[in-house]
Amino acid sequence: MNEGRIVKVSGPLVVAEGMQDADMFDVVRVGDQGLIGEIIEMRGDRASIQVYEETAGLGPGAKVVSTGVPLSVELGPGMLENIYDGIQRPLTEMLEISGPNIKRGIDLKALSRTKRWKFVPTVEAGQRVQAGDVIGTVKETVIVEIKIMVPYGIEGVVKEIESGDFTVEDVVCVVEKDDGTLADITMMQKWPVRRGRPYKEKLVPEMPLLTGQRVIDTLFPIAKGGVAAVPGPFGSGKTVVQHQLAKWADADIVVYIGCGERGNEMTDVLMEFPELKDPKSGEPLMKRTVLIANTSDMPVAAREASIYTGITIAEFYRDMGYSVALMADSTSRWAEALREMSGRLEEMPGEEGYPAYLASRLAQFYERAGRVVCLGFDGREGALSAIGAVSPPGGDISEPVSQATLRIVKVFWGLDANLAYARHFPAINWLTSYSLYIDRLSKWFADNVNKEFPELRSETMKLLQEEAELQEIVQLVGVDALSFQDQFKLEACKSIREDYLHQNAFHEIDTYASTNKQYKMLKLILEYYRQGSEAIDKGADYNKVVSMPIRETIGRFKYVEESEVDKQFEVLMEELRKGIQELISQGGEQDD
Amino acid sequence: MIKEYRTISEVAGPLMLVQGVEGVTYDELGEIELPSGETRQCKVLEVNGTNALVQLFESAAGINLAESKVRFLGRGIELGVSEDMLGRVFDGLGRPIDGGPEIIPDARMDVNGLPINPAARDYPAEFIQTGVSAIDGLNTLVRGQKLPIFSGSGLPHAELAAQIARQAKVLGGGENFAVVFAAIGITFEEADFFVSDFKRTGAIDRTVLFTNLANDPAIERISTPRIALTAAEYLAFEKDMHVLVILTDITNYAEALREVSAARKEVPGRRGYPGYLYTDLATLYERAGRKKNHRGSITLIPILTMPEDDKTHPIPDLTGYITEGQIILSRELHRKGVVPPIDVLPSLSRLKDKGIGKGKTREDHADTMNQLFAAYSRGKQCKELMAILGEAALTDIDKLYAQFADAFENQYVSQGYETNRSIEDTLDLGWKLLDMLPRGELKRIRDEYLDKYLPCVCEVNRKE
Repeated sequence: MNEGRIVKVSGPLVVAEGMQDADMFDVVRVGDQGLIGEIIEMRGDRASIQVYEETAGLGPGAKVVSTGVPLSVELGPGMLENIYDGIQRPLTEMLEISGPNIKRGIDLKALSRTKRWKFVPTVEAGQRVQAGDVIGTVKETVIVEIKIMVPYGIEGVVKEIESGDFTVEDVVCVVEKDDGTLADITMMQKWPVRRGRPYKEKLVPEMPLLTGQRVIDTLFPIAKGGVAAVPGPFGSGKTVVQHQLAKWADADIVVYIGCGERGNEMTDVLMEFPELKDPKSGEPLMKRTVLIANTSDMPVAAREASIYTGITIAEFYRDMGYSVALMADSTSRWAEALREMSGRLEEMPGEEGYPAYLASRLAQFYERAGRVVCLGFDGREGALSAIGAVSPPGGDISEPVSQATLRIVKVFWGLDANLAYARHFPAINWLTSYSLYIDRLSKWFADNVNKEFPELRSETMKLLQEEAELQEIVQLVGVDALSFQDQFKLEACKSIREDYLHQNAFHEIDTYASTNKQYKMLKLILEYYRQGSEAIDKGADYNKVVSMPIRETIGRFKYVEESEVDKQFEVLMEELRKGIQELISQGGEQDD
Repeated sequence: MIKEYRTISEVAGPLMLVQGVEGVTYDELGEIELPSGETRQCKVLEVNGTNALVQLFESAAGINLAESKVRFLGRGIELGVSEDMLGRVFDGLGRPIDGGPEIIPDARMDVNGLPINPAARDYPAEFIQTGVSAIDGLNTLVRGQKLPIFSGSGLPHAELAAQIARQAKVLGGGENFAVVFAAIGITFEEADFFVSDFKRTGAIDRTVLFTNLANDPAIERISTPRIALTAAEYLAFEKDMHVLVILTDITNYAEALREVSAARKEVPGRRGYPGYLYTDLATLYERAGRKKNHRGSITLIPILTMPEDDKTHPIPDLTGYITEGQIILSRELHRKGVVPPIDVLPSLSRLKDKGIGKGKTREDHADTMNQLFAAYSRGKQCKELMAILGEAALTDIDKLYAQFADAFENQYVSQGYETNRSIEDTLDLGWKLLDMLPRGELKRIRDEYLDKYLPCVCEVNRKE
């Protein structure tokens, strides 16, 4: 193996000479401690290396050894419930070895080499297999059964296959390739993180990724296999939105990347997810979650790698035919890491010091999401949905990272500082946000929730838009200048905002709302508006309609348990109808 | 055997180039010996072949290129730490300046610290009672949190910070408590305010002070917060103390960082601050927290003055992205005589939800907090509307909200720097104010709490 020597050290960037045999993007070991780095530029025999660990103490003359392989992740059983750093070192194991602080030069395998997994074959000897075919399964956690697939590039006839308990390095299957050579298959595969995993065909997303968050599911839904961005200034609740999605999204697997964010946020996930129950299976959410944590105090170069590590792991589960949701919080920190390395490489900067290739890198990342037909003969479908948080400086989304992101993503949940100040959470602004999946998903909502759901949605959006216009008038001339109908419209919108869109993530019931509950809640509010507005037309007293006691009950519908929703709904609808009838019949008498 | 170099070829601003060096490593500490025999510290920013670019920590005055000598010490910058540091005053580089004896170190610790493994952190969840309603009730501080104060020139952030340092306590706890205070480029008068306040209340014995004043070399400031946090880490994680760290003023720190970055001719980010300002600030702030299996904790309150009161300026902006919330002082409230002038709406404590509620503060805390925020926010809107359209344009309920906003500012927020309110007092005061509104408006509070707490308040109010 060729060995080079350091000539220059500048922060996380190390330049070494004598590296002519190494390839671009090879992983190298730097210095006596064997710090992990990656070659990002070659000039003659000089390689520029980004080092994933703190470089203090390195100097010219220290050796640099190339490992000859690009930065890769290990894929196999054992990733779920785990927390990794940006280059897939398990942090809980690191805790045992190096104590509460992360020390340097620690070499840890991502998957345990000693743990045995029960492998159940699904093919027999003599069967012909190709890349992507499932040859067996492992029940990794109570809720997730992972599939062992034939690695990319192998095709042939199964010669031997065994069931039993194996470690990830044991050979579980031998395939005889067409040229007569044998290929050993283990439960673990390796894959370079900067290359998307192959699939057969990409499909158009058709189903929503339900999140239990009313403003998202109803107004701005994301599709399974879709991409969304959540930009917002600090304090607007980006992380809470991301956490809520990680908790309640109806995905089979969740990959959560904490990229350059707060350490305590990852700790929060680590401590909370094992306690939270998945609404479908009743098992802890942690059992379907993989965490990647590269917090802001950890080395900046590994932050650049962390989102690739995360998405490669997510793709691996997608290839099994699962629906995977990936959350990256925050892509802005990733872009900053890119900028820092670019600056140290003395590249000509683009906008605001970011490298000119920022937009293309971001696009490459997000394009790895999608709904696909996986490799393998059974033609199973997998979906990878990606949701990236963006932290624009000062909350101003005219900056390069936000703009580059918006050009790619189909769903935009714009967080609004003013809503956050009023403690309206999730602070997703209903006027600026959008989802380009609406038309495509309407059919699903009509078929699976209620046929009038898409209609209710449009009506809600229309009302909110009209409210914004009416508010402008109110600002100028006061609310009394409006007609009763318009005043009533404002009241209805207030209900939509405060009772429907506002959702308390920390309330045990309100934190998640099924689509059925969402539909019934919205129906109640809009029905109140429709009937109330009719009543006013028929001469009912405006003040009485506005102060109907049922409004408060509808307002508290969000705290109704899922099992009570249907019953309560019928009761309230009936109560509403009666109340309105009464007001209409009183209408004339009150008119004095 | 340590080599000495007489090969300084350039000194420009805070940077110095030494040629012909061997075996020098990145981030290594160096010592410059002046012809007069005086020594100064520096550290290696970049090594390129046999050239070492070093950053001075002190003034460059008096460095003679031909006569000065440089030694590289083979280690990073370390601080000798000991429990005896409590009650002492040090300069910005950790040397005693109170005339007392040198510290005999128990251990030497690298001032840069090491990143904390997120799996080793323990989530901050213990309520700290500061005695300030706007913080305890609405933006609750918990142990191990980093909660900055965003202030502006001429606003009383020092008074508020001193009040927190003086009053902060954990309910039912009689545990070891210490304060580490770092003055970063502030004036003598401001530093003296803290020192006198600590002396007046006797807190000085539990305090370690690091002072880099406005007339000390700006580049020294880059080390001051790191040195203070190193002392805090020692006290918290080696000596099991609960340490409150106050860093003032981060704006001066960031400016010193910009100075070095500009001297290195780096590509600047926003407003000339280096692109790595976020990462750099994060390596400071993230040192706060709690660790599993350690009893101590570091709670960090950095203070920064927002240039032109602009929250989107890179320093407050990046700070806000790292810290767990912020306390924002408002010039408008200050002019109105609200003391302390905390603007509760844009202020936020992200960790409050885990630190409040039954068993920690009181069961009704979360709901009343949300309700107070919502009501105050609406009240302020109503007041704005009133200013444009006149009082007559408001509905009756809007008028009530406007009155509520005034009462909230005058009674709840404005409590003075000497009042120390218990959490019960704060919560009861909240109920008293909410009673101004009709019950139907209190949508964010669960019925059971309305039934339990509201009637008692009504009675009290009626008697008054």
